Amino acid sequence: MDIFILISSSLCLFIGSFLCLSSSVGILRFPDFYTRMHAVGVTDTLGTGMILIGLMILSPDLLVFAKLVIMLLLTLLTGPTTSHVLAKSAFNNGLMPKLNKKPLEQSKIKEPAHRNLD
Amino acid sequence: MLIAATLAIFVAMILAIIRGIVGPTLYDRILAVNMFGTKTVLLISLLGFVMGRPEFLDIAIVYALISFISVIGVLRYSDSDQFKHTSVQDDLPKEEP
Amino acid sequence: MAIAIIRMTDLFAVVMLTGIYGLLSASFFVAMDAVDVAFTEASVGAGISTLLMLVVISMTGRSEKKTRHKPLPALIVVAITGGLLIYGTLDMPYFGSTDAPIHSHVAPKYVNDSMEEIGIPNIVTSVLASYRAFDTFGEVIVIFTAGIGVLALLSVTRRPEDDEEISSNNDSMHEQHLVIRIVAKILIPFILLFALYVQFHGDFGPGGGFQAGVIFAAAIILYTMLFGLSTARKVINQTFIQLIAATGVLIYASVGVASLLSGGNFLDYNVLTSDPVAGQHLGILIIEWGVGCTVASVMIMIFFNFANRREMQRTNKSMHDTNQESQ
Repeated sequence: MDIFILISSSLCLFIGSFLCLSSSVGILRFPDFYTRMHAVGVTDTLGTGMILIGLMILSPDLLVFAKLVIMLLLTLLTGPTTSHVLAKSAFNNGLMPKLNKKPLEQSKIKEPAHRNLD
Repeated sequence: MLIAATLAIFVAMILAIIRGIVGPTLYDRILAVNMFGTKTVLLISLLGFVMGRPEFLDIAIVYALISFISVIGVLRYSDSDQFKHTSVQDDLPKEEP
Repeated sequence: MAIAIIRMTDLFAVVMLTGIYGLLSASFFVAMDAVDVAFTEASVGAGISTLLMLVVISMTGRSEKKTRHKPLPALIVVAITGGLLIYGTLDMPYFGSTDAPIHSHVAPKYVNDSMEEIGIPNIVTSVLASYRAFDTFGEVIVIFTAGIGVLALLSVTRRPEDDEEISSNNDSMHEQHLVIRIVAKILIPFILLFALYVQFHGDFGPGGGFQAGVIFAAAIILYTMLFGLSTARKVINQTFIQLIAATGVLIYASVGVASLLSGGNFLDYNVLTSDPVAGQHLGILIIEWGVGCTVASVMIMIFFNFANRREMQRTNKSMHDTNQESQ
């Protein structure tokens, strides 16, 4: 029983800390604000959830367990809301996402050559 | 295992601060602050377990609430005219007329 | 971090970095095992200060003006004063050495006698609320005076037609902000309940009056930010808040006077009931309640006044713009 608790909480903590580290790598390496926000919003909430579940398995008594449950519900409620509000506010204030313009450039390269023939 | 998780969260916090100082637009910085806040909540919960004092969880709940309220406050008060974003479209290639 | 705050001129980024700075210092306090200080630093430094500074910069402007003169004489004066202060502290014993007077006389007495004399597990609260209750009284008076100062300087009376115009504006924005309003409606009762829990749990864990007041004010500020100032004023009346602020200080002082009338010193809780330890419990409970009331209402008052000013400035500016366009 003891070894089962130890292994399952270690697994949850490992997955959680891996997600948190990957969110921090993502916030540094993604090219645009919207992609960064997506990385942080998703992995932050899930990483927090996994670490809190890992701590819940280890908790000594009922009060600590109840407080961790409250914290988990709070994070699940506020994480996606923050991402939504951030993206909406950025879009309303004019921050445009970086779009891929390659197909348009192909046609533009062809057009002047076509005109030169006339 | 707990100590390894604490170190991992600490590294994540440092990387978030780097983005907060560097980040070209304003919203990058707001995002970095938000992420720093949630990582602080996790760090304090883990430290509480490592040091064996479960009273730290109250502090963690307070941080979570306060960081949420701060981000909402920032975004509410950035709706005014002074914060309209003007010069981010220079990433797009210039179009020939 | 502090260097980055000083060097940047974009004030909004400075506010963000100040928020991170507050959270960092709170983490340091937690690492040093000082739980109550971390609590207060988290709620006040990282929360309320950031919000209030945001309201201010939304009114004043986003970038810092360049200073016209080089502050070289000021730098020299500050360097000399700092050098003198550091020279003065060289005589004091090292940080944490065991034969410093504070560690050999004051701290062991508090740690040893606090449980028998007062009987609550949290030593910080017992020092703050009972051994040093007079200092805490001074802190509460300082907070109350700050609130009065803000009231005296910044309060602008609102006419009823301004209220209607602003509230119609808020109703039209309801759809735009729907998600966040619903989430806030779910969260706010929970935050208020948590503030009450922190207030009364201050004897056994970290907490107490100051932190509880700040959390309560944060919940009301969240409501005000999302639903508009006029709606928040209908929920919490301006005079009611001022009354609560004064009542908090009154409760604190009346406990002191009651102990005077019962034959002890000012703010001596031993004489409040027949059993000294129960008297301490009762005294600490009542004054923490007074502190919580005053802190919460002063924070709400300051925020309402700032937001009121901002909306007045907004409507005056928009009226000025429409006047200029029509000319």
